[in-house]
Amino acid sequence: MNLELRTLMQLIDEGLRANLPKFWAVAIECLSVGLALLAGYAVLAMLLIYVERKVCAWFQVRIGPNRVGPFGIFQTVADTLKMLLKEVIPINHVDRFLFYTAPFVVIAASMLTFAALPFAKGIQAIDFNIGVFYIMAISSISILGILLAGWSSNNKFSMIGAMRSGAQMISYELSVGLSLLAIVMLSGTMQLSTLVEQQADLWFIFQGHVPAFIAFVIYLIAGHAETNRGPFDLPEAESELTAGFHTEYSGIHFGFFYLAEYLNMFIIAGIAATVFLGGWQPLHIPGLDGFNYVMDFIPSFIWFLAKVFFLIFLSLWVRWTFPRLRIDQLLHLEWKYLMPLSLLNILIMAVLVVMGWHF
Amino acid sequence: MTFSSYIKSWGVGIKSLATGMSISMMNFWRKPVTECYPENRHTLQMSDRFRAVLTMPHNANNEHKCTACGICQLSCPNDTIQVISKTEAAEDGKTKKVLDRHVYKLGQCTFCNLCVMTCPSGAIVFSQDFEQSVYTRSKLTLQLNQPGSVLEKKQA
Ligand code: SF4
Ligand code: SF4
Repeated sequence: MNLELRTLMQLIDEGLRANLPKFWAVAIECLSVGLALLAGYAVLAMLLIYVERKVCAWFQVRIGPNRVGPFGIFQTVADTLKMLLKEVIPINHVDRFLFYTAPFVVIAASMLTFAALPFAKGIQAIDFNIGVFYIMAISSISILGILLAGWSSNNKFSMIGAMRSGAQMISYELSVGLSLLAIVMLSGTMQLSTLVEQQADLWFIFQGHVPAFIAFVIYLIAGHAETNRGPFDLPEAESELTAGFHTEYSGIHFGFFYLAEYLNMFIIAGIAATVFLGGWQPLHIPGLDGFNYVMDFIPSFIWFLAKVFFLIFLSLWVRWTFPRLRIDQLLHLEWKYLMPLSLLNILIMAVLVVMGWHF
Repeated sequence: MTFSSYIKSWGVGIKSLATGMSISMMNFWRKPVTECYPENRHTLQMSDRFRAVLTMPHNANNEHKCTACGICQLSCPNDTIQVISKTEAAEDGKTKKVLDRHVYKLGQCTFCNLCVMTCPSGAIVFSQDFEQSVYTRSKLTLQLNQPGSVLEKKQA
């Protein structure tokens, strides 16, 4: 019994190589990987929007979408169709080139990060030996898109939203980096596939116990802030800035921002799952061989998705609990609380690794 | 900020975050309060104080309790009610003022309940039947007494 997606991919690979010259086999494979990623991106975004609306409704003691299809499952499909058919309204006096480039910058950045996630055993499109650096570098490009959107819109609200976003992202990027660094110190590698392999026996959050757990919580908070979602949604802040940096966007361009916002939530949860919770590795407890054997039967992509959706639920829980922070409180939280703690945490992790106190 | 108050602020912060999260988790497990309206219109329960439209109850003999005194019209803050009376010959030979038409403009009513509270005979009440949309505004002007209805005889 083998439910792994990798088996299917190997079959396709062998079939193509047997029947086509090498160049065409590789070309077709590259193309289909790209298409699969794009399709996965779109489907996940729709799923996430549905999940968010339902979970939000439950937190507010409501029912949520329930009209389109059973339990409203086709609501986001209908919304997507509507979004695709909507007119893109031209705005007077915008910086046309930057205005129309910005959504693509944002979506390309999140797409490139998305492609680097190890979804299942042997399924990872981009795997560098500096994977952690790659993810952090690429995901910060989306700030550029947001700044461009705010700047080129010729609108004060957009501009304020973009500036807040800049301050927020640059600050929280530090905590994200420092908390990932703690795990890199523990494992000694930056390659995502190796990181996952090292967690086969025990996830990093258990291997590095206290400092790993602190790093995990810091990463979740800072990552949540990076996705621009409440209580860190100052760049959008409906009640103050209409829609912040994407006020002037309509139709598919707005759709891109919307899609990227939801996928960034998935990406942050995906990185957290990969780095701290063992990625696609099943839950293994050293010593309990029977338990470990049973856990191996669950396919790896199910493990990955289950962890990611658990973390997404945590982020929704936070989002629908706390009110929006003020900009000074936001920077206060990062520079006076999370940053010093992450630095201290790195120190603890260094001592732990040097003394060999980890599992 | 002293160092001890900084450390204390960590504790206070974490505690208040945990309180907030636990409250929203409690709400997460509560049963939704949403009413699925068109599906449940036969079992729908409105709250007691809900007021939808002014009505004048009639008994089985097509009799109401309105004496056409006009107090409701006087107490209405925005001229929603018009009590139109007529005089009729009573059995004992005297003339008597009776209700001709009790006109109520639903589109103008603020549902303040003053008319119901001031009516000395308890002739008008608010019903909870909220499905009152119509296509033209003139249809919102209602006559509350039924055609041919008369004043209820006093119980001896
Ligand atoms: S409820 Fe108030 S506004 Fe409406 S008819 Fe009675 S007194 Fe007038
Ligand atoms: S409804 Fe009541 S207050 Fe109004 S005219 Fe009739 S008896 Fe008088």
